[in-house]
Amino acid sequence: MKIAFQVNGKRTSVDVAPDTPLLWVLRDTLGMTGTKFGCGKALCGACTVHLNGMAVRSCQTQIGSVAGQKVTTIEGLGGNHRVQRAWMALDVPQCGYCQPGQMMSASALLAMNKNPSDQDIDAFMSGNICRCGTYPRIRAAIKAAAKMS
Amino acid sequence: MENIVKNETRRDFLKVSGTVAGGLALGFYLPHGPKMAQADGGGGYASPNAWVRIGLDNVVTIMVARSEMGQDVYTSMPMLVAEELEVDMNKIKVEFAPPAEVYINALLGGQLTGGSTSVRDAWEKLRKAGASARMMLIAAAADDWGVAESSCKAADGVVMGPGGKRATYGALAAKAAQMEVPKDVPLKPASQFKIVGNVRQKRLDTAAKVRGTAQYGIDTVVPGMAYAAVIMPPMIGGKVASYDDTRAKNFPGVKAVVQYSRGVAVVADDYWTAKKAVATLDVRWDGGAMANVDQRAIWKGLEQAAEQPGAVFREHGDVDAGLAAASKTITSEYRLPFVSHSPMEPQNTTADVRSDKAIIITPTQFQQLIPHVVAGATGLKPEQVEVQTTFLGGGFGRRVEVDYAIDAAEISKAAGMPVKMIWSREDDMTHDSYRPAGIFKFTAGMDSSGKLSAFRFHSTSPSISSRLFPSIVKDGIDPFAVEGIDNFPYLADGGMRFTYQMHDTGVTVGYWRAVSHNLNAVALEAFIDELAVAAGKDPIQYRIDMLDMGSTKHQWSGLSAGVPVGARMKRVLEEVRKKSNWGKKMPAGRGQGVAVMEGYNTVIAMVAEVTVSDNYDVQIDKITSVVDAGTLIHPDQALAQMQSCINFGQSACLWQEITVKDGAVQQDNFDTFRVARINEAPKELNIHFIKSDGVPGGLGEPGTPVVQPAIANAIFAASGKRPRTLPFTPENIKAG
Repeated sequence: MKIAFQVNGKRTSVDVAPDTPLLWVLRDTLGMTGTKFGCGKALCGACTVHLNGMAVRSCQTQIGSVAGQKVTTIEGLGGNHRVQRAWMALDVPQCGYCQPGQMMSASALLAMNKNPSDQDIDAFMSGNICRCGTYPRIRAAIKAAAKMS
Repeated sequence: MENIVKNETRRDFLKVSGTVAGGLALGFYLPHGPKMAQADGGGGYASPNAWVRIGLDNVVTIMVARSEMGQDVYTSMPMLVAEELEVDMNKIKVEFAPPAEVYINALLGGQLTGGSTSVRDAWEKLRKAGASARMMLIAAAADDWGVAESSCKAADGVVMGPGGKRATYGALAAKAAQMEVPKDVPLKPASQFKIVGNVRQKRLDTAAKVRGTAQYGIDTVVPGMAYAAVIMPPMIGGKVASYDDTRAKNFPGVKAVVQYSRGVAVVADDYWTAKKAVATLDVRWDGGAMANVDQRAIWKGLEQAAEQPGAVFREHGDVDAGLAAASKTITSEYRLPFVSHSPMEPQNTTADVRSDKAIIITPTQFQQLIPHVVAGATGLKPEQVEVQTTFLGGGFGRRVEVDYAIDAAEISKAAGMPVKMIWSREDDMTHDSYRPAGIFKFTAGMDSSGKLSAFRFHSTSPSISSRLFPSIVKDGIDPFAVEGIDNFPYLADGGMRFTYQMHDTGVTVGYWRAVSHNLNAVALEAFIDELAVAAGKDPIQYRIDMLDMGSTKHQWSGLSAGVPVGARMKRVLEEVRKKSNWGKKMPAGRGQGVAVMEGYNTVIAMVAEVTVSDNYDVQIDKITSVVDAGTLIHPDQALAQMQSCINFGQSACLWQEITVKDGAVQQDNFDTFRVARINEAPKELNIHFIKSDGVPGGLGEPGTPVVQPAIANAIFAASGKRPRTLPFTPENIKAG
């Protein structure tokens, strides 16, 4: 069954089973591997993307429910997004595997909260695991990004 | 391409300097991998040696022969080459090296990333590689110009000679690669470093990791590739008895269902289809020897083994007489559980196995072993197996194992097509090689002043090396099982004896970040705190007063330097006392705890400040650490590794435990195997490095153990509870 939706501003359609998670459509069908597989159960946040601007776990988002909607991935953040600039300025990533998910969460947080407090960051970002422990830099980078235009 | 200059006879010239004395030869030898095919092949560049390719277009590529798993080898190792090669770090390119003998890690005896050895092994070797290449470029220019080499110098990729003569490295590269390889390669003194120690140096892999373009193993795509999902026996050591692939084969998109040594794989057009189909296989298992084993039986086995005398790995004086003469003796027992590595990127490998060759693309810490094990699994010869190392989405020791590369090769061969095999998180967590569990018993005697007078240690745990590198296990001692205490840094004049009892629980064990430092040093530094309290002394001063300021030579663990560490320990303890505002007044429920350790030739002191709630929940308020890691190559990333180690150690210390029921690992995802989240990370990290021009110490691992006894001792200070069983869950604290 053809399912049409938007990815990073471009219309696309895929012919896959509607129960296929958006994660695997992005990675396998569309070849956009920036979005990562971590746990398959919305426990780690590595697969976070934006669905109509909201941060969602793409491993738990069936493609059938995405029809007609707008998806943004790390590739769509553009490379010069303030979150990405802050992440680069502070050399946040270590292994880097969780970082696309971290940045997609952080950019969604900043889109709705211009100046998040430590508590706001804790609450919004606690769904994203980093096994390397880059949390101090993630926190600092979110605060730095909040100050950028 | 005719411009390519091969340097067949000279490319191994650094091997001699690479095999420095004092390395821990792991006691296995692997013949050549594909012979430098990539370092000498390709086009448009010349290679003065195996680490440097100079493009005729002036692009300098530095080969990194260690795996980048977050610890920064992608930047720190090129910094060493670039420092002497005189090139701009912002203009170089970096490539991962293929397996080859020239890239062997002299501290480990294989092309292997682990043991916090990458920079330590590279420290001289890579600076010499850079210097040697620079000298050959200068020699080529001097020869062209008919001037003395001493009248020329190199800077920023250009050789300059008398009278304003200039030639770029690219223009000189072809000739330089044919110049005599210098025998005497002097290195810059530290005072002239421009790159090494640069606090502003950025990681070279950050941009790709921030844009989502960094290629991890799981991102590999090769032409004609299919996706494999697998089902493996839940019981450790189990086997497939039967399965029914009728339904799986009817899934649209399924290409093959194949049985391989360890399980059954479904190969399909996409991963999700493979994953759904694999769930329909109705596999029956032969449970194997562990089928009826649960965690209680495993602990019982360890308890019984702990009654055995074990093998002595360090002894001096007559400890029994020393204990008998003591005015007070303290006995304690610590228990640490199995824990999983669980890197964020689940294990995966892309394998293309054909009748005459195989290509294995994989996130591995041990690329050199893969041709041999894949050859064994496929019937090919090792030289027919090409290995490409990707970025690793975490490693922590898990990817020293090559099991998943073998599995993918078998699946590709059986399916007759290139296959990307991806493990689910559940596959990964339940088929790990776990940090060993163990029992750690101490008896200490003290004199009437409270000073340690006799010390007895007896550990019981599985041996990792018995499976992976059996030849290094001698007389009942696995060197990797006695780390973190064979370098016991304190004096006990009345005698000391340290013994290790090996005990196989049936659970597969592996090298986990800092390996047995996480067992021995964790238990030891918590026990030392018990002694300080019993003696009525301040825990920092008590340690300082007892330090052995003479030799604390490691007898077994070659991954540390074997140098006296007493003075370095004293210094970090004194510094951490100041930096942490040690002994400050704290509100009820809050406390400070200290720990110190030498590991990988790095000396670390840490003070943890924690709050323990009435329900015994622990919050880490602050960690203050002072680190003597010798010369820092990339200071900002030295800091990042300490941040990382603290996070990794915190999770193990407070929450993580792998248990077995009916032979199967019970924890299979991040809900049951907890990893610190941003809201749980220490509220404040205060990390200081001692300024030093000593040889670099390792940093990827040693912080991981130290934070754990610091937390244990802070829990005691905050709550009066002395938990001796990890993890420090509320139940285990309450029982303490």
